[in-house]
Amino acid sequence: MTLAAVFVEHYRHAESVLHRADARVKLPTAVLYILAISLARPGAWLTLGFLAVPIAAGIGLSRLPVTGVLGRSMLALPFVLAAVPIAFTTPGTPLVVVPLVGWDVSDAGLVRLGSILVESWLSVLVGVLLTSTTPPSELLRGLRALRLPRLLVATVFFTYRYLHVVGAEGARMITARDLRSAEWPGQRSGGSIRWRARVVGHMAGSLFTRSMDRGERIYAAMQARGYDGEPRFLANPPLRTLEVVAAGALLTFAVALHLVERL
Amino acid sequence: MTADAERAEAVPALELSALRFSYPDGTEALRGVDLRIEQGEKVALLGPNGAGKSTLLLQLPGVLRGSGTIRVLGEVLTDRTVKAIRSRVGLLFSNPDDQLFSPTVLEDVAYGPLYMGFPPDEVLARARRALAEVGMEAFEARTPHHLSLGQKKRVAIASVLSMGTPILAFDEPSASLDTASRRELIQLLASLDRTLLISTHDLALVRDLLPRSVLLVEGQVVADRRTADLIYDADLLEAHGLEPLEFRGAEAPQTAVGESTAAR
Repeated sequence: MTLAAVFVEHYRHAESVLHRADARVKLPTAVLYILAISLARPGAWLTLGFLAVPIAAGIGLSRLPVTGVLGRSMLALPFVLAAVPIAFTTPGTPLVVVPLVGWDVSDAGLVRLGSILVESWLSVLVGVLLTSTTPPSELLRGLRALRLPRLLVATVFFTYRYLHVVGAEGARMITARDLRSAEWPGQRSGGSIRWRARVVGHMAGSLFTRSMDRGERIYAAMQARGYDGEPRFLANPPLRTLEVVAAGALLTFAVALHLVERL
Repeated sequence: MTADAERAEAVPALELSALRFSYPDGTEALRGVDLRIEQGEKVALLGPNGAGKSTLLLQLPGVLRGSGTIRVLGEVLTDRTVKAIRSRVGLLFSNPDDQLFSPTVLEDVAYGPLYMGFPPDEVLARARRALAEVGMEAFEARTPHHLSLGQKKRVAIASVLSMGTPILAFDEPSASLDTASRRELIQLLASLDRTLLISTHDLALVRDLLPRSVLLVEGQVVADRRTADLIYDADLLEAHGLEPLEFRGAEAPQTAVGESTAAR
């Protein structure tokens, strides 16, 4: 498995209802569900709790390892840092004052921060569920079926395609270097740090030019086979009624929760 | 004591026992390989595509690690010894693009000796000697990945030779070379006084260079014989999708050739 495959490839093959479901249904449902999550008011814990139930059910239905899904959802962690200032900037009753700088954490701020944390985590879980159960090519088919501009779909397609090219190229260069990073008995090996850094720098440069060359060749091969900017897919099978109904029910559930919350 | 007897007593160059390896997708590439190669032996690794030849070669310097034991000049391959073992086994990839990573030919060939800590003048001497051996001295300032395939192949060989490893494991060195480059490669290989393990489909090269042949099929050694007893064995080779070499010259059994042609 290449470096790129580790970081980019999220799809995990398994036999499940969610894996079989059509990307043209899964993708819009996931996007709308994330919208529903993000529309929850700060402190609407009950709504968020109910919104989490279908996600938990989805993880169960997908037959994906729970620890794996939770591990991936930690992707949300770095973004949490960006939300931390909200705890200080929201007006409300001060709870704690940070010594030295004198910033105060308000109760309303804490509730907002907590809501954002839960909402972003749930949203990421939906995303993880979608990308783990849908192969990238199917996601693209879904995007195109949603009438997303072809240029945008093509850009996503090439980003995905070339990340693998660059990753594979990089992995090969690293293997090649490691193979010749040998120890000669009785000699200090490894060279100076400066030299090693220079080698890595040159490798990065070579990686860039090699990937460009490879990319050009791939593109030429695609053009030679008639590529005109539109990724083509085999004919779309008809949508399955049951999936559409299930997706509709899920979204109705989310809308109903919001209505109840606002009554 | 004869030279042969001395060799028999010395530690083997390579000793593989019960070597098994599966790729992450579940493909079983090696299914219990036992192989012993003495120092100075020149051995061909034959087998159809997907037999596990490349996988086997990648095990020797520990690029891929399966179960079983690998001994290189008596030393067991482990995490601790892998760097020392890489100064004893030089691996040539079948695709030279997998091998070259530096911005210039000279830097690529000098990388191994530099890393191993040789003094600068010796590094240069080794790199230049290796480039001269493959006839690429004039290209030392060029960018490796902009050379022709034959030239890349020669630079890749030089990058292994410069390390001075006593054992060389080459993966399809003659594949996709033109006739002249192939002849030069054979001359170069013939001039190397090191232990050679060469994976190849080029039976003429095997006949001319490598006295012993190992046939690998589906991750297992199915034959390990003198080359002369293996490369003309039509039944054995054809059973595994390989084309036996036809006899050439005066000793060619005309009738046999005629029969086999008629049979097709």
